[in-house]
Amino acid sequence: MQPGEQRDEVEMLSLMLLIRRFEERASQQYQAQKIGGFCHLYIGQEAVVTGALAAVRDDDYVITAYRDHAHALARGTSADACMAELFGKETGCSRGLGGSMHFFDRKNHMYGGHAIVGAHVPLAVGMAFAIKYRGEDRVTLCFFGDGAINQGSFHEALNLAALYKLPIVFICENNLFAMGTSVKRSTSLKQIVDRAEGYDIPGEIVDGMNFREVRDKVAEIVDSIRKEAHPAFLEVRTYRYRGHSMSDPASYRTKQELEKYRLDDPITRLRAQLTREGKLTNEQFDMLDKRAKETVLAAVKFAEKSPEMPVEQVYDYVYFNGAKE
Amino acid sequence: MREITYRQALNEALAEELERDPNVFLMGEEVAEYHGAYKVSQGLLERFGPRRIIDTPISENGFAGLGIGAAMVGLRPIIEFMTFSFSLVAFDQVVNNAPNMFLMSGGQFNVPITFRGPNGPAHQLAATHSHATENFYASVPGLKVCAPATPSDAKGLLKTAVRDDNPVLVLEAELLYSSKGMVEPPDEELLIPLGKADVKREGTDVSIICYAQTVPLALKVAAQLEEENISAEIVDLRSIKPLDEQTVFDSVAKTHRVVIVEQDHPFCGVGAEICYRIQKNIFDALDAQILRVSQEDVPMPYNERLEKAVLPNADKLVTAVKQVCYA
Repeated sequence: MQPGEQRDEVEMLSLMLLIRRFEERASQQYQAQKIGGFCHLYIGQEAVVTGALAAVRDDDYVITAYRDHAHALARGTSADACMAELFGKETGCSRGLGGSMHFFDRKNHMYGGHAIVGAHVPLAVGMAFAIKYRGEDRVTLCFFGDGAINQGSFHEALNLAALYKLPIVFICENNLFAMGTSVKRSTSLKQIVDRAEGYDIPGEIVDGMNFREVRDKVAEIVDSIRKEAHPAFLEVRTYRYRGHSMSDPASYRTKQELEKYRLDDPITRLRAQLTREGKLTNEQFDMLDKRAKETVLAAVKFAEKSPEMPVEQVYDYVYFNGAKE
Repeated sequence: MREITYRQALNEALAEELERDPNVFLMGEEVAEYHGAYKVSQGLLERFGPRRIIDTPISENGFAGLGIGAAMVGLRPIIEFMTFSFSLVAFDQVVNNAPNMFLMSGGQFNVPITFRGPNGPAHQLAATHSHATENFYASVPGLKVCAPATPSDAKGLLKTAVRDDNPVLVLEAELLYSSKGMVEPPDEELLIPLGKADVKREGTDVSIICYAQTVPLALKVAAQLEEENISAEIVDLRSIKPLDEQTVFDSVAKTHRVVIVEQDHPFCGVGAEICYRIQKNIFDALDAQILRVSQEDVPMPYNERLEKAVLPNADKLVTAVKQVCYA
C-alpha cells in the first residue's frame, strides 16, 4: 500500500483548513502588531504541502524556505507552537528565536524554515547525503519557490545531488511570482521543470491546486527513490492569494488573474471531490472548518499568555555545550 | 616525541578522527584522488574509501551547505576549502547557515562541522588568493576560529575541532605546511582545547601577541632582539575565537608593553579587538601605547617586492617593539 493511501483524505482536508485558518488569523494578528518582522502567508498553496506530505513517512526529512508555517503544521507541529513562534514566545516551535521564517521541529523531522532564497537547497542535499551515507531508506523533501531556481546555490545543489545519486525530491512551489517578479521576467525557460534536465534529474509537472494529483505524483516519485536512491524534481503549479509578504498589496498582478485561481481553490476542489463521492457532507465540512477556527483561536490565546525568553538565556543559544533538550 | 611536518600532523589528525568516529567524513575539492591540493589528505582515500573521502566539483557554496545539512542530521563533516580565499564563495553558508542554526531553531539543531584549509597570504598569489579571513569569521557569533602555527598545535586543534559540537574553522597556514616540529607519538591522544593560548617563548620586556604565520616571524624577531638586550615574550593565540584573553593579560601584566603582529588587514583586524580588551581590562599595566603590525590596507599586489612591502615583516616588528620599549 502507498503511504498516501494510508492518509485519510477528510483528515487532509481538515489539515488544509487548519493551515488556511491559521494564516488568516496570522494576518489579522500581524495587522494588530502582535507579530513582527516579515510574515509570508501560504493561502492558496495548501494542496502542495499537504499533498506531498500525505505521500511520505513521518521520518522522512522535510525542509523548506521562508513561507513555512504550513510545512510545520502539516508535519505535525501544533498550531499553539506555530502561533507562539510568530508572537516571539518561548513556547514557540523555535522558542521565539526564529520567527515566521524560521520554524523548526526536530521531533517531527521539520528542518526549517530558511530565509535566504536558495540557501537551504544545499542543506537538503546534505540531509539526503546523510541518508545515503547511513544506508537508510528515508527521502528528503526539499520545498522552495520559483524564485530560488536562479540562485547559484540551487544549481550547485542539484548538480551535487545528481552526481552523488542522493534520495531527494526537489519540489518547486511555482506560484508564478518571486516577490513581485513574475517567472516570465526572471527565468530564461519556458517551463521551470526544464532546469532539472540540465542536471540529468527526472522532472515532472503537477497541478498544485489538486491535492490528489500532488499526493499521487509524490508517492510515485518517492516509491522509485526508495527502491534506488536518485534525485527527482517536481514543478508544482500553484498560486498564492496574498501578496509576497504582509506588506505587499500585490499590485503587479490583476484582480482577474487572482479570481481565476480562486475559482480553482484547492480546498474547494478536494471538498467537491469528497462530496461527490459521498465521503463528506456539508455538515461535516462545516464542522471541520469550525474546529480549525477554534484550534487557531485557542492558539492565539496560548501565544498571548505564553512567556518570553528571559534576556540572559539568549547566550545559551550561541554555542551548544551539552545535552539536547 | 618525533619531528614531523605541519602537513603530516594535519594528516594524522584527519586519519585518527576518521578512524575513531564513523560519522566523520572528509569532503572538498581534490581531497580524494588528488590527495589534496596541498597533500594534506595523502593516503586517506586508500585507507577510508570513497564513501568517506569525497571529491567535489568546484562548488564551495554547494558542498559547504551539504556539510551543514549533513551535520544537522548527526554526521560530523570535515569540509576542506582549497584555500579560505575560496570560502568567500561559500560565505553565506559559513556565516548565515552554520552559526545561526542553533539559536534560530531554539536550540534544536547544532551544527558539528569543521571547515579547514589554508588561510592568509602565501607567496605571490595576488589579491584574490591571499585573503586572511580570520577577522571576518571571528566577528560572527556561533563560529569558533583557530589558527595553529606548529605541527603539534595543528594536530591537537584539528582533532578538537572535529569533536566540537559547533562549527569550527581551522585556518591552516599555507607557508607552514612543510615546516617541522616535535609532536607526541601517534599512540598518544593529542587534543588541544580551543580558547587556550600558548606562550611560545618567555620574556620580560615586551609581549608580542601573534598567531599562525606570524608566530615563526615573532620567534625570529625575539631571537634578534635578545642580542639587543630586549627580552620578548611570544604569546601564540592559537584560537582567535574563543580568545584566551587571560594569558594575554598575564603576559602584559608582566611586560607592560605590547605589540600585536597579525596576518590580516588592520581595519577591524584581530589586533584591534585585542587592543581594546587590553586597554579595557588592564589599562594601568601599560607603560606604552599598544602597536599593531599587520598587512597594509591594500589588496595584495602580485609583484614580489611589493608583496613583501605590504606584509608584516621582521623590520616592521622590530621597529614597533623598539618604539614601545622606547629603545
